[in-house]
Amino acid sequence: MTLYMLNFSLMMVGMYALIVKRHIVKKILGIAIMEYAVNHFLILIGFKKAGVAPILTKDMDLATFIQTAVDPLPQALVLTSIVIGLGTLALMVAIAIRLYERYGTFDMHEINRLRG
Amino acid sequence: MDKVLPFFVAIPIFSAIFMLLIGKWEKKIFPRIWSIITTATLVFLISLIWEKGTIIHVMGGWRPPYGIIMIKDHLSLLMLIIVNVVAFLSIIYSYSYITKYEDYLRFFSLFMLMLAGMNGVVLSGDIFNLFVFLEIASLASYALVGYGVGAEELEASFKYLILGAFASLLILFGIGIIYSVTGSVNMADIARFLINNSGNKAVLMATGLFLFGFGLKAGLVPFHAWLPDAHSSAPAPISAMLSGVLIKVLGIYALMRVFYHVIGVSELILNIFLVIGSLSMVVGALMGFGQDDIKRLFAFSSISQMGYVMVGIGLGTPLGIIGALFHLLNHAGFKSLMFLSSGAIEDETGTRSLSELGGLRQKMPVTSASSVVGALSISGVPPFNGFWSKLIILIAALKVGNIWVSVIIVLTAFFTLSYYLRFQKNAIFGDIGKKVEGAREVPIPMVVPLVLLAIICLLVGIFNHSIISNIIIPAQETLLDRSGYILSVLGNL
Repeated sequence: MTLYMLNFSLMMVGMYALIVKRHIVKKILGIAIMEYAVNHFLILIGFKKAGVAPILTKDMDLATFIQTAVDPLPQALVLTSIVIGLGTLALMVAIAIRLYERYGTFDMHEINRLRG
Repeated sequence: MDKVLPFFVAIPIFSAIFMLLIGKWEKKIFPRIWSIITTATLVFLISLIWEKGTIIHVMGGWRPPYGIIMIKDHLSLLMLIIVNVVAFLSIIYSYSYITKYEDYLRFFSLFMLMLAGMNGVVLSGDIFNLFVFLEIASLASYALVGYGVGAEELEASFKYLILGAFASLLILFGIGIIYSVTGSVNMADIARFLINNSGNKAVLMATGLFLFGFGLKAGLVPFHAWLPDAHSSAPAPISAMLSGVLIKVLGIYALMRVFYHVIGVSELILNIFLVIGSLSMVVGALMGFGQDDIKRLFAFSSISQMGYVMVGIGLGTPLGIIGALFHLLNHAGFKSLMFLSSGAIEDETGTRSLSELGGLRQKMPVTSASSVVGALSISGVPPFNGFWSKLIILIAALKVGNIWVSVIIVLTAFFTLSYYLRFQKNAIFGDIGKKVEGAREVPIPMVVPLVLLAIICLLVGIFNHSIISNIIIPAQETLLDRSGYILSVLGNL
């Protein structure tokens, strides 16, 4: 349970940075931290203390295997989600650089030509 | 015919990559022709899976609760038709429109990726795959919104990107919670588990996360801040895709599928839908009222029209859902028509401001005629299609006895009519504005989709009965039949 609480507070840290900070790069870092927290949450779902890799070999008993092996599915999900996160992060950074070229600032409050 | 389903995703992805490879030698003509061929193929593929009931494709031969499946039922069929037809027309339109930009290749390549993502969302029978395809479509759309790389485009794209990434993370978090409760990512399997074990508090949290996430993707009112910026800054064919299709597939369709089939609707969720829908209708209509920029006006009107759809879904009665799905179909038609014609107007006159336009009827007769048809349809003038779907939603609300919602529906229809009349008066009719003097009719590839969409709006309005009984009612029956969905995927396991 402690692990889940810590994980959730990590997510809150990311959300704080995303909502409160004005600097674009800090907002991007906020998204990145939130993403780590969510990925970590997925890993925690399948986590078992002193678990083994989920590969069934011939000399293994099925009942103990089910008890000790970690759940492999969340790990596969996290791999996919990390790749997606990489794509999002790259696009965010690329747009941030272009924004700096156009506006000459990283302050989100000064980037406000669109409104209404 | 189940072998056809993966091609809806595979063809556009393959096409996007192939375009980039060949594009080294031929940058201008090839991508345009190639994407027309691709989207035409997709439209043709729909005819293969037309009247076949539910089709399930099992990927790699792994049985449903364990493996990945793609499922086409009547609801998916309705969405597939909307997505691919609007994409086809937007691609034809882009043939001339893209000459404004220097890089043709990446535009069409990203467009194809967005299309692949949307087809994937519609066909996926697996909640994590739904998320992956949703991200493919969203990432491509973030890049496409900022395609002009001007200051305003980039700003809109960045805002959209930050909020969209946030929404995606919440959706992923919700999927994680659902998986930890049910131990499955197959939507039918999750639904079966949740029917037998109801009342889990963690599922309630996932419900909230999904509402926030998909609601933000749909641009519904508390989460609508990104929509007017993104939709008005994107290139016109992309605006048509975003407003006509993307918010429906990633937002409304995903909400319908997740809440009606997977989690199951309760009184609470339906009431939240009703409140969000009514808010969207009112706020969208009021904000649209004061806009001078025509694309922003259309974007706010999208929020308000999505409110109608949410109210129809939130009523929860068969009639309400018929109205909602019919309005979904109609809105795809007339809103893409409006955005495409706004692109044509901007191309010729160089302005999007209502106060600088005027008298387009004399300079651009075909564009004006089709955008008048679109404006009449969206404001609900009989016999165009928007009238019938709004009428059905209104009757459904009255039948339930929900007076407040009915009043809001009527008032919003009145507001919609008045700001579209303002658009017609200031842009289409009246004296010729200063910037309109040099305008000519746009090239043929841009005119054809406008005329086709206008004809679609008129025909759907006239033959509304056969459209409803052939396409909408099967989709509505699928949507309300949760156990039928589970049975069709899992059989009697």
